Amino acid sequence: MAYVGQNVERKDSQAKVTGAAIYADDLTFPGMLYGRTIRSEIAAGRITGISHDLERDGFTVVTAADIPGRNAIELIEYDQPCLATDRVNHVAEPILLIAHPDRAALWKAQVDVSCEPEDPLFDPRLSQRVFKHVRITKGDLDGGFAAADVVVEGEYRTGHQEHIYIETNGVIAVPENGGITLYGSMQCPFYVHKALQCLLDWPDERVRVVQTETGGGFGGKEEYPSMIAAHAALLALKSQRPVKLIYDRVEDMLATTKRHPSIVRHRTGVTRDGRITAMDIDILMDGGAYVTLSPVVLSRGAIHSTGPYRCDNVRISGRTVFTNTPPNGAFRGFGAPQTQFAAEVHMERIAEMLRMSSVDLRRRNALRPGDTTATGQLLKDDCSALEVLERALARSDYEAKRAAYRGTGRGVGLALFFHGAGFTGGGEVRLASRAAVELTRTGARVLVGSTEIGQGTRTMHAQIVADALGLPFDAIDVSPADTAAVPDSGPTVASRTCMVVGRILQRCAEEIRERLGELTPAQYIDAHGPLVVVKEYEGPSGIVWDDDTYRGDAYAAYAWACDVAEVEIDPDSFAVRPLRITAVQDIGKAIHPILVAGQIEGGTAQGVGYALIEHVVMRDGAMANATLTNYTIPTTLDTPVIDVEIVERPCDYGPFGAKGVGELPIDGPAPAIVNAIRHAGYDVRDIPVLPEHVETLECASR
Amino acid sequence: MRFTLNGRPVDVAAPPMARLLDVLRQECGLTGTKEGCGEGECGACTVLVDGEPVCACLVPVAQVADCEVLTIEGLGGDHVMQHAFVAEGAAQCGICTPGMLLTALTIPPGASIEEVRATLAGNLCRCTGYEAIYRAVMRVVTPALQPTGKFKAISRE
Repeated sequence: MAYVGQNVERKDSQAKVTGAAIYADDLTFPGMLYGRTIRSEIAAGRITGISHDLERDGFTVVTAADIPGRNAIELIEYDQPCLATDRVNHVAEPILLIAHPDRAALWKAQVDVSCEPEDPLFDPRLSQRVFKHVRITKGDLDGGFAAADVVVEGEYRTGHQEHIYIETNGVIAVPENGGITLYGSMQCPFYVHKALQCLLDWPDERVRVVQTETGGGFGGKEEYPSMIAAHAALLALKSQRPVKLIYDRVEDMLATTKRHPSIVRHRTGVTRDGRITAMDIDILMDGGAYVTLSPVVLSRGAIHSTGPYRCDNVRISGRTVFTNTPPNGAFRGFGAPQTQFAAEVHMERIAEMLRMSSVDLRRRNALRPGDTTATGQLLKDDCSALEVLERALARSDYEAKRAAYRGTGRGVGLALFFHGAGFTGGGEVRLASRAAVELTRTGARVLVGSTEIGQGTRTMHAQIVADALGLPFDAIDVSPADTAAVPDSGPTVASRTCMVVGRILQRCAEEIRERLGELTPAQYIDAHGPLVVVKEYEGPSGIVWDDDTYRGDAYAAYAWACDVAEVEIDPDSFAVRPLRITAVQDIGKAIHPILVAGQIEGGTAQGVGYALIEHVVMRDGAMANATLTNYTIPTTLDTPVIDVEIVERPCDYGPFGAKGVGELPIDGPAPAIVNAIRHAGYDVRDIPVLPEHVETLECASR
Repeated sequence: MRFTLNGRPVDVAAPPMARLLDVLRQECGLTGTKEGCGEGECGACTVLVDGEPVCACLVPVAQVADCEVLTIEGLGGDHVMQHAFVAEGAAQCGICTPGMLLTALTIPPGASIEEVRATLAGNLCRCTGYEAIYRAVMRVVTPALQPTGKFKAISRE
């Protein structure tokens, strides 16, 4: 392996350090108009009238009547309209679109939307509309509780989290060649492609989607770009001009998706010596006003809700429900950060009840090779939960600090966690992703629909192909993610871009290598003509999943990790300052260690924000603090030292043994930090942990 | 309205209260300066005005009359800080990178990691957790203190 495992130079780094990389807002087209979305200002009600004089003033105006196909953003369901017609279900729901050549005029434009408000529903606990109910059962729950000496119950809550990619969402639609081309910031060009065919009722060749350089995604540019592209396309088709629709930060925060808030309840049976005999878990996630991706977020959350622990008797019941709030959607971790937060804080409380060390409790119950998960998946030799636990303890000097910090205002806590790579259950089989490698005269070109969103897709894929072909890294090009030029490799989500798409590319490259024999690429092309090898996803053998019963192999592989967090609590302000996080993470094989470390460090910092800082204040169904001044993410002064150790326990499926790394790092920091706060003396069960929450606990204890 | 942009005199027609950010991106065609929030919080639009980092979204163009403005384009591609960012993988999605790099240029040689953190506190990055950025900056300003040995720097072919 000449390149896999090496820190080769990123394919995109020169463009990014010189300012040459072109993001959506950097593009302009001749005759281009600017678009704006007129949105609902109420959370629920009937639209009774829309009035404006805009056409007279040279505006292009689009209503739902201008939609040639179906007024829906195609995803799992068709329930979310592209433009609301008779009623609105959340604040910031799109109602009308306008475009104008002059940006200033656009923002001065007046549109009066009259509505008859209805009583909105904001509390998910009161919602009767269930988008999805997931039930997982294993063994005999009653028997498990009967075998327990102690039953420990607890309720844990997590808040919304906003992605804060530093580049806001944006798309430019250009009518051309009897069709339309969309340029934009996005994770999943083929989602946009599919949604627009449905919206326009057009065949696929009339829609082309090109990803521009994308300034961060984190799940926030998984599904929502389909909505923006739909709006830009409608304006462009009506005006027959290119239309740029870029959200400013406030609009991005008000209107686009966020992480699902959750309430998770645990009831756990455990013997006096710390063996878990029964787990009864109830999960509630606030889906917001439309289904979007909530069913699959819930599904992943439910499967991960036991934490990486073995238990023969399990019942998991999860619901995601309707509220009159902007729809929640994909966010790095996809349900697992919420449920593993609950699991890991609960483990700490179980240990307290038993008066045993929480480390010993975890050692006792951690999943091992040969164990089965809640869905009955048999774990293989790469199950490294115990190893990452022991390494993290040693690397952080956990036990010594546990003793030394007592009574000092400092605390140290840990979280053990896991994350399945790829779509859940039968998802990858249904996706049937394709990837291709094309021989060029000087090497080869990677053709995938997977996107570079900062994580290093282009570089990592080129390394895999270079080694599988036996060619230099620099001889491998990567095609832009342009639906007219690349096959649909599935969405760039779910920690699947290396393990799943990388594996397909490896198979393509291996076939090309075989066909080349002793010939160079140029010799081959001269002798035989062009060569493109396209391959489709092939599931690992022996993987079985039943969607009806939620039994079987939920993921082809799991990554395993342990975070140790050290915090200090300010005795005057009660602010929790994170000092250090030790992150020991087994991701199978680091194709590019610096990229892997970047994912772990970045995901850890995002998890620190989730735990301590990032508080979405919802008032009357809308984010009340929708600015970066009022919703802050960790700065250099808020982030702890992040000490990463990469562990490589290869799985037998991914390329060169690689599992997934994109999401894993965000599952651990919040519970590790909260467990450190617990060590410092505060019984915290909800995040984010704001100073006022700690203060309240302090006052209550005095 | 005249000022010096990346070493060359420019004369712009924009009204005096136009945001420097818009003048740079639209009138001067330099799109390397990015807009992240429009309210001076994220630092993505950082440029150097007479050597000081400012948020171009907050500065009216009139305020840079007769000043020297440096944007990412003015660095060329061969600056030691750019090389360090490449070597340490400090640019992930890249949207904060131009602003981050320009602020990093104001960090004096010999700076401690605490000084580096303090100087970069106005530049948000959502991808890196800042660790790779510290490694890159320390590599330039205080190589003796750079945390090394953890991840071998990126090698050129």
